[in-house]
Amino acid sequence: MPSAVKARPDTRLRGFREVQSLAYECAEAVAAQLKPGVTEREAARMQRDWLRERGVRDWFHLPFAWFGDRTAFANFRIPLQFFPTNRRLEAGMPFILDMAPVYKGYTADIGYSGCLGLNPVHDRLLADLEAHRSLLLREVREQRPLREIYENVDRLMVRQGYANRHRAYPFGVIAHKIDEVKERRWSPNVFGFGTQALKGLAGDALHGHRDGWSPLWSPYKFSDHPPQPGLWAVEPHLGFRGTGAKFEEILVVTDSKDPEQSAFWLDDDLPHVRRWAEEKAA
Amino acid sequence: MSVTSVNIEGARERWVRTGGVELCVAELGDASQPTVLLVHGYPDSKEVWSEVAERLADRFHVVLYDVRGHGRSTAPAPLRGGFTLEKLTDDFLAVADAVSPDRPVHLVGHDWGSVQGWEFATVERTEGRIASFTSMSGPSLDHFGHWIKNRMSRPTPRRAAQLIGQGAKSWYVYMLHTPVLPELAWRGPLGKRWPKMLQRLENVPADGYPTASLPQDAAHGAWLYRDNVRARLRRPRSDAYAHVPVQLITPLDDAFLSPKLYAELDHWVPQLIRRTLPAKHWIPRTRPDQLAAWISEFVRTNEDGIPARDTVATGPYADRFGGRLVLVTGAASGIGRATAFAFAEAGARIVAVDRDAEGATRTAEMARLIGAPEAWGEVVDVSDEQAMEKLAEKVATEYGIVDVLVNNAGIGLSGSFFDTTAEDWKKVLDVNLWGVIHGCRIFGKQMADRGQGGHIVNTASAAAYQPSRALPAYSTSKAAVLMLSECLRAELAGQGIGVSAICPGLVNTNITSTTRFAGADATEEKRLQKKTSRLYGLRNFPPEKVASAILRAVAKNQAVVPVTPEARGAHLMSRFAPRTLRAIARLEPPL
Repeated sequence: MPSAVKARPDTRLRGFREVQSLAYECAEAVAAQLKPGVTEREAARMQRDWLRERGVRDWFHLPFAWFGDRTAFANFRIPLQFFPTNRRLEAGMPFILDMAPVYKGYTADIGYSGCLGLNPVHDRLLADLEAHRSLLLREVREQRPLREIYENVDRLMVRQGYANRHRAYPFGVIAHKIDEVKERRWSPNVFGFGTQALKGLAGDALHGHRDGWSPLWSPYKFSDHPPQPGLWAVEPHLGFRGTGAKFEEILVVTDSKDPEQSAFWLDDDLPHVRRWAEEKAA
Repeated sequence: MSVTSVNIEGARERWVRTGGVELCVAELGDASQPTVLLVHGYPDSKEVWSEVAERLADRFHVVLYDVRGHGRSTAPAPLRGGFTLEKLTDDFLAVADAVSPDRPVHLVGHDWGSVQGWEFATVERTEGRIASFTSMSGPSLDHFGHWIKNRMSRPTPRRAAQLIGQGAKSWYVYMLHTPVLPELAWRGPLGKRWPKMLQRLENVPADGYPTASLPQDAAHGAWLYRDNVRARLRRPRSDAYAHVPVQLITPLDDAFLSPKLYAELDHWVPQLIRRTLPAKHWIPRTRPDQLAAWISEFVRTNEDGIPARDTVATGPYADRFGGRLVLVTGAASGIGRATAFAFAEAGARIVAVDRDAEGATRTAEMARLIGAPEAWGEVVDVSDEQAMEKLAEKVATEYGIVDVLVNNAGIGLSGSFFDTTAEDWKKVLDVNLWGVIHGCRIFGKQMADRGQGGHIVNTASAAAYQPSRALPAYSTSKAAVLMLSECLRAELAGQGIGVSAICPGLVNTNITSTTRFAGADATEEKRLQKKTSRLYGLRNFPPEKVASAILRAVAKNQAVVPVTPEARGAHLMSRFAPRTLRAIARLEPPL
């Protein structure tokens, strides 16, 4: 619930940070185990098992894995195509691991892009994501309407020569709100999404509908509002001729007047951020 | 000995004696470089390679020889039984040992030279003597034999049609099996008329080829067929696997050989690279630039010992556009950029031209990442004639003659006719029409002067045949481009240069956000641009699909290509229901 933002912000953020870094740890661990011949289903199962072993019981959504041109959502027409398939990983193939575990009542939603061996196109895509990370933060701090930011991200992608692939997500979202989730003993999944988390999102959608905002950051009119305080899982997704790359991490938006405090990335110690820093140092 | 009318500049001659004949061998270039051995076909002599050899000589040690009984080489006696593939292999080994005793040679064969080449590349005793084989217009008789057997034993309708098709193309093979008559014809009227026939039917330039020895060559060469064809087709070898990397160059309009012949070649050749080009049979005469480029590339990749397959692009049409030079205007965004990428994926070399320097460089950079062996970004305003002239000069001297030109740069202009000022008109016509005219005139001229074919693609628009009250100036410019393309196509058809007009329709590119709206003030224009961009975004037809349509149009030499469904619909209606189109033209656009 949006009102919960005010209560004990530090512990709360620490909880989110913990689950986000746990999820990224999982992604790195699973990515290290991927080898030629592994299927998407197996990769998704590996993420699931890794997180379950460490105490994750509920999900915002179950882990996804996309290999090869499925990283760019080539020929995706219906949402069922997001689910892991029996596509096998081959040398040089890009892959994306995407998972959203709930841990101690806190949710994270992350996306990890990698490739098996050398793939210069993929390297380029990953490097070019950095501009999007800074653009998003800058414009959220400027309190621009989300729809406008979405279009600016789109323009940057076009300038870079890429296709916007987050458009393929439900409602074409580049981000969605996430929140704390009550831990229940029984929390079934519906089409890969945890019912508890969906309940939270639906509640937000209802509140937002009354107050003129939406928990989904989309290119449509219902996103034509300034950034709403809360936690946003932001996932710009670039596609380039059968190769896709994304990152997904939590952006914290507050109602503070200080621009520095009004929005910030929850954690800067993430694989893609470290990678950019290393590239700069090299 | 007859006097040759085509001289190969700077050739050193030597004679190689083997199996009772003396072979005339010509060498060019630095003997320390990799040796490229060119074998001619029927009815030809080594001079068929003169153009290709001269182009290769600055990089390689080029060796040509007259096959026994042809040109200045002596003929075996008796002729019958003197032309078997076994004896021809002896000849090849003798020449290879004479010119390059220590290193294997890179073999190139055309027509019967390629038929021989297949024998050399598949028999055991040449192993280690051949580094690579480039085959054009000459199948292995053994593979051909199996090809026929496969089709005879299981004649599905398609396979039967392939068999009948090739059977009809092989008429001359049957003729050559009749005794005496072919010799009489070649030494008589046919030999006299042949050069003219080549020029008329095969578009071979009249530059002194064939040589004066033609009647003799053709008469002797009939024994190539008589000594080998029946024997090999009846009992094809079952072990005819190539032990070298093979580059197969297939001219698509060959009157004698169907491209279908090579369908099962992957079975016989573990390392096969396919190339195709739209040309007739005598490509060593009609397409020397392209052949020299492909041969050089193939030789070089096989010299360093890395399997060539890994270094070759794999996108669709890679056989067709690999290594070719493609220039795209308006390549910093939208359809132009997507087109540059699609050609890059097919292995073409890219020149990305745009006013936007950063965008053009970016396109070139990304093109290199996805398969273009080379790519350059160039900053030019297509409406500036002098700048275009300068660009053409630079491209010709530094990168080569353009094989495919895509005149894509264009700007949008919307608004009522009376709101459109003379200045607006000038701007839109300068880019959309004059840009295309300059491109066709300057680069098209280079293409035509080279005389080795090419293709021009002009991006018109569905607005070229769909009238609209909202786009009078834009539609006019694009209609002009469409008609220009059609006229140019007619004019250039005889020179092997195709012209296609592409009519995309509503495609999600940034043309909408730069479109000028006549009669609207700055804020209103911004709003309209935003609104149109959103509408086009909702339609969301990707420029990549237009790019694939462009590649297809070039490969199939299509004249007018509407791309989106609405563009196709309008194109159909412009022919069968123009009044409906006129009614639609009256509607106000929903902005």
